[in-house]
Amino acid sequence: MTWELLRDTLLLEYHNTRLVVLGVAALGATAGLVGSFLLLRKQSLLGDALSHATLPGIGIAFAIMTALGFSGKSLPGLLLGATITGLLGVLLVLAIRSTTRLKDDAAMGIVLSVFFGLGVAILKMTEKIPGVSAAGLEGFIYGKTASMVWSDLFLIIGVLAVTTTITICLLKELTLLCFDANFASTQGWPVLVLDIILMALVTAVTVVGLQAVGLILIIAFLITPPTAARFWTNRLGSMLFLSAIIGAISGWLGASISALYSNLPAGAIIVITAAVIFLVSMIFGTARGVLPRYLRHLKLQKKVGRQHLLRATYEILENSQDNTPLKNLPIAMGLLRKHRYWAKGELSKLIRQARAEDHIERQPSGELRLSESGFGEASRITRNHRLWELYLIRHADIAPSHVDRDADMVEHLLGAEIVHQLEAELELSKPTIESPHAI
Amino acid sequence: MRPEHPPEFPLAVHDLTVAYHRKPVLWDVELNIPEGTLAGIVGPNGAGKSTLLKACLDLIPKTSGEALIYGKPYAEQRDLIAYVPQRESVDWDFPVSALDVVTMGTYRKLGWFKRIGPTQKKQALEALEQVGIGHFANRQISQLSGGQQQRVFLARALVQDAQIYFMDEPFAAVDAATEQAIIELLQSLNARGKTVLCVHHDLATVSRYFDHLVLLNMRVVASGPTAETFTRENLQKTYGGKLNLLDDVAQALKNVGRHESP
Repeated sequence: MTWELLRDTLLLEYHNTRLVVLGVAALGATAGLVGSFLLLRKQSLLGDALSHATLPGIGIAFAIMTALGFSGKSLPGLLLGATITGLLGVLLVLAIRSTTRLKDDAAMGIVLSVFFGLGVAILKMTEKIPGVSAAGLEGFIYGKTASMVWSDLFLIIGVLAVTTTITICLLKELTLLCFDANFASTQGWPVLVLDIILMALVTAVTVVGLQAVGLILIIAFLITPPTAARFWTNRLGSMLFLSAIIGAISGWLGASISALYSNLPAGAIIVITAAVIFLVSMIFGTARGVLPRYLRHLKLQKKVGRQHLLRATYEILENSQDNTPLKNLPIAMGLLRKHRYWAKGELSKLIRQARAEDHIERQPSGELRLSESGFGEASRITRNHRLWELYLIRHADIAPSHVDRDADMVEHLLGAEIVHQLEAELELSKPTIESPHAI
Repeated sequence: MRPEHPPEFPLAVHDLTVAYHRKPVLWDVELNIPEGTLAGIVGPNGAGKSTLLKACLDLIPKTSGEALIYGKPYAEQRDLIAYVPQRESVDWDFPVSALDVVTMGTYRKLGWFKRIGPTQKKQALEALEQVGIGHFANRQISQLSGGQQQRVFLARALVQDAQIYFMDEPFAAVDAATEQAIIELLQSLNARGKTVLCVHHDLATVSRYFDHLVLLNMRVVASGPTAETFTRENLQKTYGGKLNLLDDVAQALKNVGRHESP
């Protein structure tokens, strides 16, 4: 097995794998799209119950078709059977949920395992039907792309096209359903019908995905791409798009690799690919990823530390002289250390940082002195800080919804009028303001 | 048409009983809310205040009875009503912006399959500006404070341009500025002839906020103009032996006197 072979498969160079790879990639895109709504409706487990409940249908359809003298392995027939028992499973979950006081997870757990067990038993029994071979049906459990033929692919792609079109036409309605079903209901939207449509879309993806991915892993194909996409964006539109892309990539890679190594089930590779993308998204995702969040925290810490240092320096200058305007004199490190609480090593780190930013200079005498830009920045930071503080004191009633002490632009947030008012209250119109409390 | 519930009432409830799993939550509720009032529904926890709103809006099944909007069932009068659910009723982590949520208020008029256009966005933005958070239009909703989230819900109700506003605890856990902004908004709606029905839990502000009052504790204890209804006797009937509340009641009653004789 060479790299060239892998590359050619991925690039769809081979006639015999091209359609399978494309088909599974299309399946991934649709699963990512429909799965987003399943996830946002918080019904992921219902999708799992659905996929497991398809197994008895496959066995029964095989038995009936064989008994009627047709080929027992006709895909449309098998998928029809899968759809029927799959939906039966979902209906049973809904019935248990609405008639008993059992919680959702219990209802789904029961239906999922009972239907799957039933399916396994029925498949075993079909093996005993004389004269026909039921071999290959178990491919629906773990997925087997190798068994897919042209006519299967046309059926699959046709169903996916319809599913995608319906989902895109109903974006607005499905969003409303997932965000606030009660509100949707008061607005006259038929919530039950919308839920049934969503379930039908999920069923369609699940059923046509059985052959490629298998019923155990199809749920991961529905749920992992949207979960991964969510780490990158806070917008539904981009989430849907990303989720479809992630699904398509997983499907494309999974189908290609399993086409080369025929004993590796596509479903497993697809799920592993999706999981890797999920992991990368969880760590690096720009909207909610772990690493960007940590970096944002570090940046904030640095910014606050810098403000503390500059403000402390400025306040020491104010305390130590009566000059107006204030003169930028060197100050001793010891004064700074005593001025406020610093964690161990924090002060030297902050000073190093400020020197790198050219805000503070070290004098030959060892004393520290604000640079010209540092002095301006210190004066601005001190002024803003005092304005916020004053605002909090004077307008305690409305403050919580407006205060952003970290904001550089007080005027921008509070409006010039309030800032003028605050400044006037201190009877100062000059840019530096005395602290409202003793320093 | 029943004579005791003439169709000029924005909301008339007749013989309404609601039960969850055989446990009754509302019993034989009879109620008329007069046109143009700013009405409060007040009662202890578990009194069925939210349930009353939801039953009127067909969100939960009625065990018996009916709720009429200007003499007709709710299903025929949806355009006349805007509903503001409790803030906790939705997942604020949902990947939409404040503007997206407010735009949802226009979906009904837009209808099936139609895309959201500039008209709907403009309406939504105007509503957000009306509640004072136009500058947060593009923020993801989880990045808003509780008070701002409540304002988003109000804006969504405003774009519906309804005649009657059903509000479920709009003042719950919001900051003082939001509370003030909300009550001013309700009063301005009221001044434009709209009827506002508001589930409320803070006895201290009842007489200041509402001109009509419904005291509810599974049944309607009293209903009428606040000045006549908000009495010690009625409150004791509503809150019963919950003695720890009596101090609040005393305080609230003092407020009545203060506001009646300015």
